[in-house]
Amino acid sequence: MAEASAQNDENHKKAAHGLRLVSRSTHLKEAGLRNLFLLCAFVAVLGVALIFLFVGWRGWSIFSTYGVGAFLGGAEWDPIDGIYGILPLIYGSLVVMGGALALGTPLAVGTAIFLSEIASPRVRSIVRPAVELLAGIPSVIFGFFGLLILRPFIASTSGGLGFGAATAWIILAIMIVPTIATLTEDALGSIQPGIREASYAMGATTWQTVYKVLVPAAKIGIIDAIILGMGRAIGETMAVLMVVGNAPVFPDSVTDPIATLTTQIVIDMPYATGDHRTALFGMAIILFIVSMGLVAAVRLISRLQSAMEANR
Amino acid sequence: MSKRIANQIALALLWTSALTTVAVLFAVILYVVVNGIGQLSLGFIFTWPRGVNAEGGVWPTIVSTLYVTALAMVIVTPIAILAAVYLAEYAVQGRLVSIIRCAADTLASVPSIVMGLFGLALFVEAAHIGFSMLSAALALTFLMLPIVMRTTEEAIRAVPKYIRWGSYGLGATKWQTVRRTVLPAAMPRILTGLILATGRAVGETAVVIYTMGQAINMPVSPLDSGRPMTVHLYLLAMEGINLPAAYGTALLLMIMILGFNLSARYLLRRTRKV
Repeated sequence: MAEASAQNDENHKKAAHGLRLVSRSTHLKEAGLRNLFLLCAFVAVLGVALIFLFVGWRGWSIFSTYGVGAFLGGAEWDPIDGIYGILPLIYGSLVVMGGALALGTPLAVGTAIFLSEIASPRVRSIVRPAVELLAGIPSVIFGFFGLLILRPFIASTSGGLGFGAATAWIILAIMIVPTIATLTEDALGSIQPGIREASYAMGATTWQTVYKVLVPAAKIGIIDAIILGMGRAIGETMAVLMVVGNAPVFPDSVTDPIATLTTQIVIDMPYATGDHRTALFGMAIILFIVSMGLVAAVRLISRLQSAMEANR
Repeated sequence: MSKRIANQIALALLWTSALTTVAVLFAVILYVVVNGIGQLSLGFIFTWPRGVNAEGGVWPTIVSTLYVTALAMVIVTPIAILAAVYLAEYAVQGRLVSIIRCAADTLASVPSIVMGLFGLALFVEAAHIGFSMLSAALALTFLMLPIVMRTTEEAIRAVPKYIRWGSYGLGATKWQTVRRTVLPAAMPRILTGLILATGRAVGETAVVIYTMGQAINMPVSPLDSGRPMTVHLYLLAMEGINLPAAYGTALLLMIMILGFNLSARYLLRRTRKV
């Protein structure tokens, strides 16, 4: 064993010597390019830092001057009177996200299971591109569709104008399907085929195999997919903006107008000045922190999973 | 027997969910096409909007959209490809790489309106670029960067190892290997990723709405402001006065995005065959 590693070291030394066989200028050029590439990769880090810095710089003072509790916990959003409580907006964001997930997750996971376990190659070659195309359709077109088709429909069944959480749920549920379905299909695809075959060999039906074997095996991947779908839902702006009605209040029913963090930023930004503007940037800070938190959650879960597998 | 029945019911539900997804896609596309097709004409595409209700055409908004998209892709392409080259070819697994990956994941999940406010605070105001194509393109760059980085890295990793060994065996340096063998081999898939990212940039609204401005203008220099098609569609739809123009704009937008997506798909399929 020790001999092998000594041999290995020797090889590494030889490899290092090998590099010196090129001329000094080539060596410098290679090293320079390597650092240039590293610099390019660091632009991503720079981006996150700049967003944090500049959005934070513009929005930070709302927490210090207006107060964290009054800002986050205030039940009234009334910028004209200088009242900046964003609780109704947080509530709106959570209601819209929750409903969209409740509707969209079964649809997306169902589609993913269909694609990975049931569909024949021919059917799959139609459904999968459709899911991918759905991801490419701009949110403003979904909003447009929701505004002119779905809203009148909701309005006629509920008797109101049709602006509200219910309309946003349906539109947003469709929009998060590609995110959740693609990641769930990946998770199902990475299960070893032997597990699947063992289940079928025991006489299990397709459905028994899916819900007793495959879904538990792909559990972590599916949870990741739902978390990322959550991020998509909470950050979605234009489609929600066009159908929720934009009233920053606690609604009486799901068909009454509400507002979310993202929509209120777009609506208020053109005329906001002073503290009002700072408050909007403060809301952007909250959204940024939430999206970072969701990414961190996904990373944490995958780390826990690999630790669990190492223990096994 | 009951397990057979449960199986049949479950299969029916799974079929339903997949068919619903497909049906929704076709419903959205069909709706936009059916309502927009009557509006579409050369006059609509190539003339300026007139009057308060934006009668007439949408030409300046098309130019603004294409301008900002092209500018953003010109900025993001070299950075993202070289960054992906670093991650796929040079990087040694370690703290530095995990920081870069974590940052890219974070950047990919930033809500688009937050990216818009960031662009407003940094490029429009702090850097004094003002509402312009350049400000919007720079904000879009940060949105596109993680997407292009990921597809490019996957493309590079899909290139078989032995191609590299052959190149090293001939005495090529690392950069020569990457430039002459790895990147050309990965190029079709890199292009596919770039085309898909272009489609995303064309459809983006919240990032550009407060970085490009909203006044209708024909951009010439990168410092000019303008109104992209997405913002035009949003404003027309919310005002609700001139819906035919909104349908027409939506259809044009849809055609552009489907065009990008289908050409990316075609490119990928063609390279798989070879």
